[in-house]
Amino acid sequence: MALAGLLERARAEAGDWDRVGALPADVVRDVAALGLLGSDVPSRYGGLGRDARELGELCAALGGACSSLRSLVTVQGMVGAALLRWGTEAQRAAWLPALASGALRAGFAATEQGAGTELAAVATEFTRQGGEIVVSGRKLWITFGRFADVFLVLGRYPDGLGAVLVEADRAGVRVEPVHGQLGLRAGGLADVTFDQVRIPAENALATKGFGLSHVVGTALDHGRFTVAWGCVGIAEECLALAARHAATRVQGTTRLVEHQVVRAALGRMLVETESARALCERAADDRGSIPRTVTAKYAAARAAAHVSTQAVQVLGAAGCADGAAVARFFRDAKVMQIIEGADEVAEVAIGEHAVRRHLLEGDRPCT
Amino acid sequence: MAAGAGVVDDGTDESVEARLGRFFDSATGGAALGPDDDYFALGLVNSLLALEIVAYVERVFQVRVEVEDLDLDNFRTIARIAAFVRGKWGSGGAGRPA
Ligand SMILES: Cc1cc2nc3c(=O)[nH]c(=O)nc-3n(C[C@H](O)[C@H](O)[C@H](O)COP(=O)(O)OP(=O)(O)OC[C@H]3O[C@@H](n4cnc5c(N)ncnc54)[C@H](O)[C@@H]3O)c2cc1C
Repeated sequence: MALAGLLERARAEAGDWDRVGALPADVVRDVAALGLLGSDVPSRYGGLGRDARELGELCAALGGACSSLRSLVTVQGMVGAALLRWGTEAQRAAWLPALASGALRAGFAATEQGAGTELAAVATEFTRQGGEIVVSGRKLWITFGRFADVFLVLGRYPDGLGAVLVEADRAGVRVEPVHGQLGLRAGGLADVTFDQVRIPAENALATKGFGLSHVVGTALDHGRFTVAWGCVGIAEECLALAARHAATRVQGTTRLVEHQVVRAALGRMLVETESARALCERAADDRGSIPRTVTAKYAAARAAAHVSTQAVQVLGAAGCADGAAVARFFRDAKVMQIIEGADEVAEVAIGEHAVRRHLLEGDRPCT
Repeated sequence: MAAGAGVVDDGTDESVEARLGRFFDSATGGAALGPDDDYFALGLVNSLLALEIVAYVERVFQVRVEVEDLDLDNFRTIARIAAFVRGKWGSGGAGRPA
């Protein structure tokens, strides 16, 4: 199936997937068969080797149909990016081809009961025993954790934070499905417990002390990038749905769009949507800049949340109905303002960047 | 721009350290760090900034930070980053900018 066909099916069926709380297995297979789980993985590791713009446009297209489908690409990409950047050559060769093809599905396991925004507070323990590492802890809210073959786990050695890969079929891994959350309902969420799980030392990524800032940091940067573009897709789709409804819906003898306030609302939605897209394009063209991606994700999540809220408003009861696409986008968009760095946390980081940029005016790469 | 060009043009230790000093001064809100101050130990670096340091060093000094280089001893002070950068420039592989 070509991408166009996949997107058409997703548009038609996303409401059902949301209701039953799962993506159909053959849809996941189609995504993998199209190579979309390794879109930006270099071809020497079995990926499509596409650039940041192409990955972004893919996520916008998927996000405009179904956020859970877009999340599939996000999660796989996060773990792949961490491996590509901070894996040894042996680790990259061992894992990346299987992740890029979808032969193995990944989960990103950072959040815990006592560590959400403040990931440095994770309590999951890594204990070295001979050539092995013993992993003990409980992770919450793992997107596609229900189907993951391998988890990228953030935890702590006695002397510093680390990140390791834990295969789901190891003894002591327990996966409990999570249902009924506000958004990303087809996202296969799970809470995952690691009870004295033994993994070989070669499953550790980078040395202690760099698990959060670098390994998980790179994964989160990649996640923010694809979430941002997915939010552009949400906003664009909600704007289109609202404009179409306003142009055709008649109350008495008046079409909705004849009301100036409705046109003004659509105008605001358009500006927010296009602003978000422009910031995402800028982040794609300067992919090495963490602050640009934080800014793009913040702006795009807000645009998706505002535009979807307005879309529900313009559609009225039709936007509140069971199965209404704008209602699903409204729920999903709210989640995007919380994951990969909540709005407030992003604002502080962007503010710090503003100070830095001011003081470093004139710095240029030495090319 | 002039200071930036100076770092690559003459490649002196002072220039690298001066450039890093400016980065950390701005990144830490004007903490005025000395070359041997350990900003990690001082709690001045959050995880987002730690990754930005890598991106900054790679971009401005045109070196590649590999996973083997992830040793706090390469990054904990301005003097150590400068030594790390000089080592990369000297090792040929990463290529010192012309
Ligand atoms: C649908 C869904 C999917 C998820 N998937 C994953 C996954 O795959 N892997 C994973 O590890 N986690 C996942 N998460 C968890 C997610 O990353 C966390 O919810 C997020 O990091 C926020 O943490 P928290 O929920 O503990 O909120 P808290 O950290 O308790 O924060 C709650 C609110 O307080 C405010 N706040 C918090 N800290 C600050 C601060 N420093 N300054 C200002 N305001 C602040 C913000 O408004 C924030 O929204 C998922 C969550 C959801 C809802």
